[in-house]
Amino acid sequence: MRILKYISIILFTGILSIACSSDDNGTPMAVNEEEVITTLAVTLTPDGGGTAITLQTRDLDGDGPNAPEITVSGNLAAGVTYNGSIVLLNETETPAEDITKEVVAEAKEHQLFYTSGGGLEITTAYIDTDSDGNPLGTKFTLTAGNPSSGTLTFTLRHEPTKPNAGLSNAGGETDLEATFSVTVE
Amino acid sequence: MRFYVMVLLLLSSIPSISQNCDYTLSGTVADLHDGSVLVGALLIVAGTEQAVVTDVDGKFAFAGLCENTYSIQVSHPFCITRGFSVKVSGNTTRNFQLEHHLEELNEVTIQGKAFQNKSKTSFENEISIVELERFSNGSLGDALNSLSGVSSLNTGNTVVKPLINGLHSSRVIIMNDGVRMEDQEWGAEHAPNMDINTAGNITLIKGAGALQFGGDAVGGVIITEAPKVSLKDSLYGKTSLTGASNGRGGSLTSRLTKSFQSGWHGTVQGTVKRFGDFEAPDYVLSNTGIFERNASLRIGLNRFSYAIEAYYTLFKNEIGILRASHLGGAQDQLRAIKSDRPLVIDDFTYDIAEPRQDVTHHLATFKAFKRFDGLGKLSLQYDFQRNHRLEFDIRRGDDRDKASLDLQLDTHTLMLDLNSRFSESVNFKAGLSARYQNNFADPGTGVRRLIPDYDKYDLGVYGILDYRLNESWFLEAGGRFDYTYMDVFKFYRTSFWQSRNYDTLFPELVIEEVGNQILTNPQLNFYNHSATAGATYSFGKGYNLFINYSLATRAPNPSELFSEGLHHSASRIELGDLRFDPETAHKFSSTLQRENENFGFSLNPYINLINDFIVIEPTEIQQTVRGNFQVWEYRQTDARLLGVDVDASYAFAKNFRFDHQFSFVKGYDRSQKEALIDIPPVNTKNGLVYHNRDFNNIWLQLQSEYVFRQNEYPNNNFEVFIPETETFEIVDVSTPPSAYHLLNFNSSIDFDISQKSTLTLGLEVTNIFNTSYRNYLNRLRFYADDLGRNLLLHLRINY
Repeated sequence: MRILKYISIILFTGILSIACSSDDNGTPMAVNEEEVITTLAVTLTPDGGGTAITLQTRDLDGDGPNAPEITVSGNLAAGVTYNGSIVLLNETETPAEDITKEVVAEAKEHQLFYTSGGGLEITTAYIDTDSDGNPLGTKFTLTAGNPSSGTLTFTLRHEPTKPNAGLSNAGGETDLEATFSVTVE
Repeated sequence: MRFYVMVLLLLSSIPSISQNCDYTLSGTVADLHDGSVLVGALLIVAGTEQAVVTDVDGKFAFAGLCENTYSIQVSHPFCITRGFSVKVSGNTTRNFQLEHHLEELNEVTIQGKAFQNKSKTSFENEISIVELERFSNGSLGDALNSLSGVSSLNTGNTVVKPLINGLHSSRVIIMNDGVRMEDQEWGAEHAPNMDINTAGNITLIKGAGALQFGGDAVGGVIITEAPKVSLKDSLYGKTSLTGASNGRGGSLTSRLTKSFQSGWHGTVQGTVKRFGDFEAPDYVLSNTGIFERNASLRIGLNRFSYAIEAYYTLFKNEIGILRASHLGGAQDQLRAIKSDRPLVIDDFTYDIAEPRQDVTHHLATFKAFKRFDGLGKLSLQYDFQRNHRLEFDIRRGDDRDKASLDLQLDTHTLMLDLNSRFSESVNFKAGLSARYQNNFADPGTGVRRLIPDYDKYDLGVYGILDYRLNESWFLEAGGRFDYTYMDVFKFYRTSFWQSRNYDTLFPELVIEEVGNQILTNPQLNFYNHSATAGATYSFGKGYNLFINYSLATRAPNPSELFSEGLHHSASRIELGDLRFDPETAHKFSSTLQRENENFGFSLNPYINLINDFIVIEPTEIQQTVRGNFQVWEYRQTDARLLGVDVDASYAFAKNFRFDHQFSFVKGYDRSQKEALIDIPPVNTKNGLVYHNRDFNNIWLQLQSEYVFRQNEYPNNNFEVFIPETETFEIVDVSTPPSAYHLLNFNSSIDFDISQKSTLTLGLEVTNIFNTSYRNYLNRLRFYADDLGRNLLLHLRINY
């Protein structure tokens, strides 16, 4: 019986010493996702002036269950050339973090692609390039053709093959993809 | 003090029977199988602790014995220690025989050792030291893969996770030299963090029959034990060097043991493994290198009636994950699956880049036992484990070199076990265990925690009774109760918290709202019961029938409870559920075994009925700015696993043997009425072995491995919109790959380089025909072929 007593003493001292040492520094701190891109905003300014058109997708809960909110401010005018610029933001942080800067700083490892579909008659051309002279795509021109409607998709690829013949053989990983319904009138 | 009193009592009892105490006891110790003498066997007289060691002729002699009956323990490094009862009457001669087995088993042995088993009525499979040595450059999973009924869930070829009768991860307990591994084993891409070279032998118990190790082994228990140390003045060791063509690397492992007749012993051991990119038959598997470093130190004192031991081991592993498996979203996944070559193939390199894992595991144990007269053997063990896991992803900007996952899991365990022999035929085992675990997820990663911070407390108590009814029947029954308390701090996305209705179900858990996240403090209690009952029936010549029922209850793991977010390595969003109950498994298994030198076999059918089985399966497609991802949610269902494992060995001519293995398992989701995912396909291994002990112990093996196609699988395919082509395309994440056949060759030959040293040379070729194949149980099968031909050279010196 004495042995049993020893056993219980040993066990419970052990447990107590473990249990007591565990109480520490309260609640953990929140982690804000640093690399998440919540927002893509495309501003299309007509060449020669006029009201700019914005296309925006915003997903404030990142990989959470809520779908992105997609807005298109207006229709494109046939025959007009627009100067496009793209801004990428992480709005889970306050103030919002401008991810475009990181993409520009690592231009050689990124490229934005513009894909039109569903009969939308537009053409796009890259303006900005990386240090090797390959396209980057945060700045571009967009020329609206005949009246039509369809989709316009923006894709950001990380570590694509550069140069490439387009999205189909660019490889890399998709960091962002947003599709907008667009009309040329 | 008590001990000395006991010894004194014992001593004083001897002269009271006889006054004449100058007799001798002499004889030899020999091998039970072939009669060869055993050199260096240690004989201890119980009570007096008088000890002698056999000489080069296997002879021993005790002097100064009285006319009495003595208990003598005979041990040898390569044998099972046995106790003998000897009646000394005048100068007595007595020869002892030991089962000299460990050194001789060149194969995975299937042994139903009904007397010193971990579980006495569940059939056990064992991997001996000799077989283990052949895997010195591989992993624990590789070695276990050689047993029937065991396959592995792989992530590439370096992350190898054992799968027992179709179950893995938290459902498999790994006991590393008495310590239950707590190394974040819940992750499918987390391999066991132990060096196979630290083990002396490995025992596998399919099912939860071994309650002393835990009640939650729904799949099974893997037990590794340290090599036995002999009780004599000696210094011995071994060094193994392996070079492999595939991966252009190798491994070096060394062990040195110093032992003393007094019982003190010490062992140092270390392993280094380094491989570059592995290669499939047609291309380099870029970023699949591995760099593993391990060291261990053991010091102890071994006596017949008591022992103490301290052990420390450090395991450090850096593993590259196939570059082509890192994907951005469903579109990327579609591209990767449709391409028959990996999307990224670079030149061979030893560098390990992102994505990669960097894991460090510390394990320290202190254990002791003492035999008490009238009570039995009482063991006490404390162990501490620290598992630090870093996972590096391909990242952007300032975060480039930062880990995406940084988890530290600390575990303290205290165990007290009693093994008591009530009578010649009744044995009782009982024990208590207490465990405290803390998980810390470093917020510095800039990525939301995959596993939340938590404290976990476990208390367990068990008892197992076994009873030898007669020569042929042996019965066993046991029960266990475990209590688990988890105190968790978890940040949920507010949107997820609300979409799951947790805001109305668990408002009391909320501590505060931070931005778009909610900090909660779930406190969970689990009460788990487990039990086992079984019988062994021995009949005929060498026939045994094992029958066992086991009830296992497993509390959900942190991943199943708290996952909530994108899992990069799987390119999917994984969601756990706070409301899960423990899963309960009822396993019925039986084994018919024939032990015979010429034709032996085992036949092991089983059925495992699991209630509230936790599975993860796809539910929907979720849109994010990053693209579309498939959402996989954990849910509970009722599952049934039904299967049979067959082993057979036939010595058809002198020195020749034919070995056969066959495993078959069907997994079925009884609620959804469909097949379970990741169930091993039917497979069979057949081998021809030539082994000649008289000619340098030469051993040649030609093995064929045929893996059928898995025809039963759930359809988890989904559609994704492709803007370039404006079409919806099916992402096929379900269809299993075709059947495949591999042919392997292995060999070894021994050379005596001095009286005490042996050199073993081995040549091994795996996938001789350089067959291109994909394995259903390899998580990277969507992106690349499995390994091509591999030529290995093994060199081992025992000294």
